[in-house]
Amino acid sequence: MNKMLVEYFRRQMSQDPDMASAVAAIRSLLEFLKRDQSETLQGLRENLTHAIERLEETDSSVAVSSGGELFLRFISLTSLEHSDLSQCKNVMVERGELFLKKISLSRGKVAKLCHTFIKDGAKILTHSSSRVVLKVLENAAADKKRFTVYVTESQPDSAGQQMADKLRRLNIPVIVVLDAAVGYIMEKVDLVIVGAEGVVESGGIFNKIGTYQMAVCSKAHNKPFYVVAESFKFVRLYPLNQEDVPHRFKYKADTLKTAEDLNHEHPMIDYTPPSLITLLFTDLGVLTPSAVSDELIKLYL
Amino acid sequence: TKEEKQRLRKEKKHKKGKKEDKGPTEKGTDKEKKAVSSSALQQSPSSTVDKPSKSKAELKAERRARQDAERASKQGKKEPGSQASSSKSKAPASELQPVVKRLPEHIQVDDPAMVKKLAKKLERQLLQSLFIFLQIPLRSDYGFKVSLFSHLHQYSRKAPLTQQISIPATVIHPSIVRLGLQYSQGIVAGSNARSVALLHAFKQVIQDYSTPPNEELSRDLVNKLKPYISFLNQCRPLSASMGNAIKYIKKEISNIPSQCKEEEAKKKLLSCIDNYVNEKITLAAKAISECAIKKICDGDVILVYGCSSLVNHILCDAFEKQRKFRVIVVDSRPRLEGREALRRLVKRGIRCTYVLISALSYILPEVSKVFLGAHALLANGYVMSRVGTSQIALVAKAYNVPVLVCCETYKFCERVQTDSFVSNELDDPDDLIVTRRGKTQLEAWLSIQSLRLLNLVYDVTPPDFVDLVITELGMIPCTSVPVVLRVKSVDQ
Repeated sequence: MNKMLVEYFRRQMSQDPDMASAVAAIRSLLEFLKRDQSETLQGLRENLTHAIERLEETDSSVAVSSGGELFLRFISLTSLEHSDLSQCKNVMVERGELFLKKISLSRGKVAKLCHTFIKDGAKILTHSSSRVVLKVLENAAADKKRFTVYVTESQPDSAGQQMADKLRRLNIPVIVVLDAAVGYIMEKVDLVIVGAEGVVESGGIFNKIGTYQMAVCSKAHNKPFYVVAESFKFVRLYPLNQEDVPHRFKYKADTLKTAEDLNHEHPMIDYTPPSLITLLFTDLGVLTPSAVSDELIKLYL
Repeated sequence: TKEEKQRLRKEKKHKKGKKEDKGPTEKGTDKEKKAVSSSALQQSPSSTVDKPSKSKAELKAERRARQDAERASKQGKKEPGSQASSSKSKAPASELQPVVKRLPEHIQVDDPAMVKKLAKKLERQLLQSLFIFLQIPLRSDYGFKVSLFSHLHQYSRKAPLTQQISIPATVIHPSIVRLGLQYSQGIVAGSNARSVALLHAFKQVIQDYSTPPNEELSRDLVNKLKPYISFLNQCRPLSASMGNAIKYIKKEISNIPSQCKEEEAKKKLLSCIDNYVNEKITLAAKAISECAIKKICDGDVILVYGCSSLVNHILCDAFEKQRKFRVIVVDSRPRLEGREALRRLVKRGIRCTYVLISALSYILPEVSKVFLGAHALLANGYVMSRVGTSQIALVAKAYNVPVLVCCETYKFCERVQTDSFVSNELDDPDDLIVTRRGKTQLEAWLSIQSLRLLNLVYDVTPPDFVDLVITELGMIPCTSVPVVLRVKSVDQ
């Protein structure tokens, strides 16, 4: 059963590279729910929890974990209303589809909110490859705005080069810079826009390694630091510093299984504290970092 | 007005009669009488904080009270506490002055009918509060106060409370008197301890209460509690947690339906109080320590300040769950509460280091986390805690050490404060006097006119220095306190 789930998830990811990993995870979980054979609600919940764990082992990104948790919460809220299991399941599947449809649209909502902050003639700095940032820049270009984009190379996987290719296809002038050149380039840019893998309770974000550096530099130069993220990336963690980020997010799933001493491995994610972030653009609206906790309390409490 | 003067005179005579019945032997009675009437008016500004308007009638009454107080001080010059009374009589005058100047803009001063109506309403309110406050004698201030804090009370702990003021036994329940004594001597100290003791005393009061005929329990009991609360305020100013507890009790009492029988109502109230203590204090502590343990890793060096029951509970729980950490206890004069925390932690077997707050920047490079307790969390995210806390948070921020504040939600209050001057507590200034090798330098500080001793109890920490607040609802940033307050009020 679980093997099929992982297969389905991988197929979803490869079929539509533009889809967020959390959306793929939720789609797979919904499929799992439809095919699940358990007799009781408790059994169903347990199976779902196991399924989420299995997915997290495949793809250890924060988004999969947060998406899974949100889905589970969504499901548990429904279960209180109906006594009959099959009826309950039908309602769950219906609501699950609705939820999926809503979050598929969230990227568009975020892009609509953010592109107005890009002024004509702006120089934008971004980090690594983010599909949300791409959508934002796409919208801004469609709005007939002229701007230049600086992208960091973002080692170890050179994701920045892929982002540059995609931007060139949209006819947006783009320059690739070294990760080490962020401080050098900061005086030239007007604003910094990054995506996020996860948004935490304090209002800080998890993102590709190198984001924290960029945030510190932009604070030192007094440039605005904007984050674009969908609301399903909100996660109930509260890290105090880089040390406090759980290991399962910092390293890739296979690294966690095979590595002997994690101190020698390169982390893929770092934590940017809320004091360095100016604004967060989400499908719930434009938020300050302190408002994220407000939204999370509304979502989870 | 004339009627006001007559009423005041009558009340004073009534008070005098009561005192003579008991056969007073205390030294301050004469001063007391005059002090009471002036005190009543001094108290009423504090009670009329939400009704800041004054009228001609009230101004005249206050002027008269001031004259009485000055007459009393002249009479009482032979008593040793004369200094205190003269400073006190100056204090009411200075306290009255700023209140007098405030007038709301919506008063149509040119419309005589409106002014008369307002005057009558204020008279009634003034006399109502007078009646309550006349029953409670006023405690006199001690020593010179620093001018920035002259709006606060400064009491001495040298003589126990019963020798300083005469407590009318018919008005105040003995368990409340005991509680007041414990507060004033510092026997019961610490935010949680004080609230729990208060609630236990109230349980005793409710048990011994019997509804007088033609009265409703819901209204009469609330009125009975008012003089107790003002008495306790005299012994030691109420904390935010106590204030919230009192609000809760008053709400529960007034929600009692009138058809309810007395026994049933009392049982319900007692169980309500037990639930409150259990939920908001005991269970909350458990939830908070579960949350906080996630933040304690092996190899941590944790800094704590003073003695917070909640932080001690968290550390002991973490130690039981086999976390390897060591603790640095920071302490400060004159209370030296850190010694109590040290005692408790060492008894459990936790490795501790003890420093005074002056060595803070010396040990901070070793520290990985700072755990602080709180006395109250204000609505704008500021943390009110023992004096010295904001200093620790400031230095920790400079060294990039995360600061975690642990606080139950019943300590959240709606007040907003950005500095430590506006609302604080002044402790006994004699505590600052220290005897080393038989020599006490500050012994005669009262005789030096220009010398002031300041013993502050609380200070306020801005939210930029606090990284995380752990409550029983979870981990929240300091700026989310108003959200929690909003959610709580929606629940209620």
